Amino acid sequence: MKFTLSWLKEHLKTDASTSEVVEAMTLAGLEVEGVENPAEKLSAFSIAKVVSAEKHPDADRLKVCQVETRDGLKQIVCGAPNARAGMTVAFAPLGAFIPGLDFSLDKKPRKIRGVESSGMMCSSKELEMGDDHDGIMDLDDSFEMGMSLADALGLNDPVIDFEVTPNRPDWLGVDNIARDLSATGLGTWVTPAVKPVKGSFPCPVTIETDAPDACPVFAGRVIRGIKNGPSPEWLQTRLKAIGLRPISALVDITNLISYDRARPLHVYDVTKLSGTIRARLGNGETFEALDDKQYTCSTDMCVIADDARVLGLGGVMGGTYSGVTADTTDVFIESAYFDPMRTRRTGRATGITSDAKYRFERGVDTGFVLGGLEMATGLVLDLCGGEASDVCVAGEVPAAPAPIEFDPALNKRLTGFDLSDKDMIKTLEDLGFGVKTGETWMVTVPSHRRDCTMGADLVEEIARIHGLHNMVAESLPVLQEAKREQSDRPGNNNARREPLATDLQNKNRRARRALAGQGLSEAVTWSFVAQAHAELFGGGDVSLQLDNPISPELSTMRPTALIHLLLAGQRSADKGYPGAALFEAGPTYQTPKPDGQSPTIAGMRRVETVRHWQGNSAPDALSAKADAVSALKAMGAKVDNLQIAQPSGSYWHPGRSGRLQMGPKNILADFGELHPAVLKAMGIEGRVCAFEIWPGNIPPARKKGKSKGALVLSDLMPVHRDFAFIVPEATPADKLIRAVKGADKALISDVTLFDVYQGKGVEPGYKSLALDVTLSPKAETLTDKDIESVSTKIIAQAGKMGAVLRG
Amino acid sequence: MADLETLKTKYAGEIAAADNLGGLDAVRVAALGKKGEVSLQMRTLGQMSADEKKVMGPALNSLKNELAALVEARKTVLEGAALNAALASETLDMSLPVRADTGTLHPVMQVMEEMAVIFADQGFAVAEGPDIEDDFHNFTALNFPPGHPARDMHDTFFLKPDADGNKMVLRTHTSPVQIRTMMSQKPPIRIIIPGRTYRCDSDQTHTPMFHQVEGLVIDKTTHMGHLKGCLMDFMSAFFETDVETRFRPHHFPFTEPSAEMDVRYERVGDEIRIGQGDKWMEILGCGMVHPNVLKNCGLDPDEYQGFAFGMGVDRLAMLKYGMPDLRDMFAGDGRWLEHYGFSPLLQANLATGLS
Repeated sequence: MKFTLSWLKEHLKTDASTSEVVEAMTLAGLEVEGVENPAEKLSAFSIAKVVSAEKHPDADRLKVCQVETRDGLKQIVCGAPNARAGMTVAFAPLGAFIPGLDFSLDKKPRKIRGVESSGMMCSSKELEMGDDHDGIMDLDDSFEMGMSLADALGLNDPVIDFEVTPNRPDWLGVDNIARDLSATGLGTWVTPAVKPVKGSFPCPVTIETDAPDACPVFAGRVIRGIKNGPSPEWLQTRLKAIGLRPISALVDITNLISYDRARPLHVYDVTKLSGTIRARLGNGETFEALDDKQYTCSTDMCVIADDARVLGLGGVMGGTYSGVTADTTDVFIESAYFDPMRTRRTGRATGITSDAKYRFERGVDTGFVLGGLEMATGLVLDLCGGEASDVCVAGEVPAAPAPIEFDPALNKRLTGFDLSDKDMIKTLEDLGFGVKTGETWMVTVPSHRRDCTMGADLVEEIARIHGLHNMVAESLPVLQEAKREQSDRPGNNNARREPLATDLQNKNRRARRALAGQGLSEAVTWSFVAQAHAELFGGGDVSLQLDNPISPELSTMRPTALIHLLLAGQRSADKGYPGAALFEAGPTYQTPKPDGQSPTIAGMRRVETVRHWQGNSAPDALSAKADAVSALKAMGAKVDNLQIAQPSGSYWHPGRSGRLQMGPKNILADFGELHPAVLKAMGIEGRVCAFEIWPGNIPPARKKGKSKGALVLSDLMPVHRDFAFIVPEATPADKLIRAVKGADKALISDVTLFDVYQGKGVEPGYKSLALDVTLSPKAETLTDKDIESVSTKIIAQAGKMGAVLRG
Repeated sequence: MADLETLKTKYAGEIAAADNLGGLDAVRVAALGKKGEVSLQMRTLGQMSADEKKVMGPALNSLKNELAALVEARKTVLEGAALNAALASETLDMSLPVRADTGTLHPVMQVMEEMAVIFADQGFAVAEGPDIEDDFHNFTALNFPPGHPARDMHDTFFLKPDADGNKMVLRTHTSPVQIRTMMSQKPPIRIIIPGRTYRCDSDQTHTPMFHQVEGLVIDKTTHMGHLKGCLMDFMSAFFETDVETRFRPHHFPFTEPSAEMDVRYERVGDEIRIGQGDKWMEILGCGMVHPNVLKNCGLDPDEYQGFAFGMGVDRLAMLKYGMPDLRDMFAGDGRWLEHYGFSPLLQANLATGLS
């Protein structure tokens, strides 16, 4: 919403400067977005008088003018056909920047066809004040030579632009801005009361409202014998200053009232009307609106129609047919109230934006339906002449807002602001509320403040006007009252007996650090992916597709965090930075239900060789396993006890991928190489190793308490024995290791695989796995017999799963 | 006696002349070994008279000890020389590069951890909730009645309608978690809610996904002065400098009274410095929880009250750590992550600093 300082000062008597007004607005909740003074752009220009204008000796179309300026008499060569002696003009001195031409004049006089010229006389287009470029501006002779052009034209008037929050449609009228500012003490609210105009004949147009929900009240009157020419200079200047184009006196009057009082009106040419004018719902008719476009009026839209046709969309836009023109002599002025929700829907359905729609959809003042009509009548009679009919009203003005029962103690309770009753009453009354005091107060709400419905709203008004910047800040007191039994719930911290972070949050923190320690960098990527990509990773269900995606690449909730990591890695490679190694801890989506989202940690390494003097290296599926294991360990998972299985996702390489699980129903991580066909479909070149971890599946630590217990160390030396077993090639090493570990759980403390061999000495289709078994005696030193017995058990246990001791 | 002197001179010379450990040992054996010359002399002691013994015994012992000491001394010298000789060939180019592949943590995650630390000091726990929300939690319960103009301010992402025509939304703010928390537990409540949020907007200063931290305090006494104090304390702690703040009224459907907070800043070259300066920058929205919101969650506004606030994590990260462009945040470019990321060894805390 834009308005000028001079406009505000018509409603607010104040000596405040622009910056004081801006400050007061900001602190009262009217958030100023910009202040612009057109005079700043025009500061170089001044009023000058043409003393003489003679034909240029060497050019038929040029004139040599002697011009009296504030800098003395100047000779200016001018090409304007209208330049003449005695003319009052806009003078640009040497060096001035001409906004409409986007260049600066030379700093030194310049010769034009041999005649020296010192400055310029400007057209309105050159000063961005109009489209006229046929000649220079022919200004009012009453302007004194030397005056600043901006002052002479009334343009030294700052334009303030501010954000109107949706709860305050009344701020769309300058009058109500002034009222709020006067309440803050910036000045006195001086808007005069609107004087009703008595009609001199009955209203010849019959009006009705058939849709009391959509248009509860419809008022109007006829003014006949008017002349609709251009509006006067002051009105045009005012509208132009806030970016509105003057059209004609009648239209300009409605625009003025729209911005002055937030009261939209519409005027019809009476000669175009036939029969009764009524507000009703649409019937599927089409009509041409003032934006020259055809619209179909649905049954959800409120239209204004006569017996013959739809004249306009109520509260949104009028029609071309019945609009006023320069020839209009008799007009019907409409002042109605249209339902905000319906107006909003109509605006959305038609795509129309208009000042009227903007106001009606937010809610206009129900108490100013007739006031607006009277104000318009007065202005029309003043500016266009004519004679007004009686006012006629169809329907009923909506009831005044309900009064609020207000406990004045609520103010201090909610804001800590310690204000006297007197101060609070004054503030409310300054804002237009009525206060009847008592144990609780009855506060009547002005019709333009329907946003206020309860005590908290009044507290906001009081706090806002007294200024939140004046409120005493207090640090939060320590929470004392939380109960111990609630300590497992967030928000119920009990004086730090337990951490505020949840187990899962802490797991995530540790896993992320472990992965960064592994050399992966953490990324944060979009939660949505391309539908085709989602499908490649087992997602893409219709229930997870966006109805209004911002682009097809970001159209479906992701089934995995890998997708954007893969794409990012490829982008890096394309830019000449291979070897991306990234991870992300974030949500993935299985269903749209609140429990259909699970936290995951996913990571990937592009298989691109890193050359190094100690030996080139490239990640492989087992690098991804190492990454996953490091994260799981950091989160407290018992990694050594996990089973290895095959991942179920079809996006994994069938032979080079694995799953770490506690059981088939509790999967902690998948890892391995991604399926080359999936990568190809995504446009990913080369191979990529990856992992996905589900931290939520790791059971919380069972142990309560912090004590680690006493450490018992044996003084007895551990004994190492090596075994080499031949197993079929396809046998997982893990299976043999587990078998051996299980041979004597008390004695065997560790089993390490130190060699995997295939080749000479081992039959094709088989491999040799060499194990270092650590035996840790607890009570006494092992005898040869003890060792012999364990070895026998180990060989037997391995034999059960088909492993044969290598001879 | 003269013989002993001769022996001493002879072996001392040989010991000194030995140029390796083997040679030295040969000298030692020749002199002090079982059949060494000194040892043989010692054996003759038995045949000597008592008076002779009295003289020769100590003399021979002394000779033996002196030669043994010379051997030890020479041995130390020769061992040192041998080690030096061996070390001379054991060289490695210390300028060779080593492998050091440590990744970084994302600045948005770092900043959310910093916030958790600062607010934990004020007694806030961290709560979380789903990104896909229903209309009730994202709008209705937060006092956006259907068709409310505030819904226009949120360009919301909707999911495709289900069989009944209902559309889920991607939460436009972290505020739905307020509702979930208030509906599931009794006050007092002090939580912050960090998380992903979504709006249908994409340009230089907006991304369709961004991060917010929401705060919620509900009890029987917390008022707007506490809100102001809480956030002022936070801002200075977060920017790790004195930050001048300003509260001014604003409007949000879910708070009443509502406010926005500005912080002082200045521009020095391309850099934005938060804390002091001649300009104000809007940094967050906040207010007292609207009575309708409390009611919607089953809390009696005559008994309970409190405040809520919400701020953009990405923007705060950019302001604190000097990232010029929001859009790079979610691109996963390794160079950006290396430059703006944080060491995994860093754990934001109030004792040692946030970063």
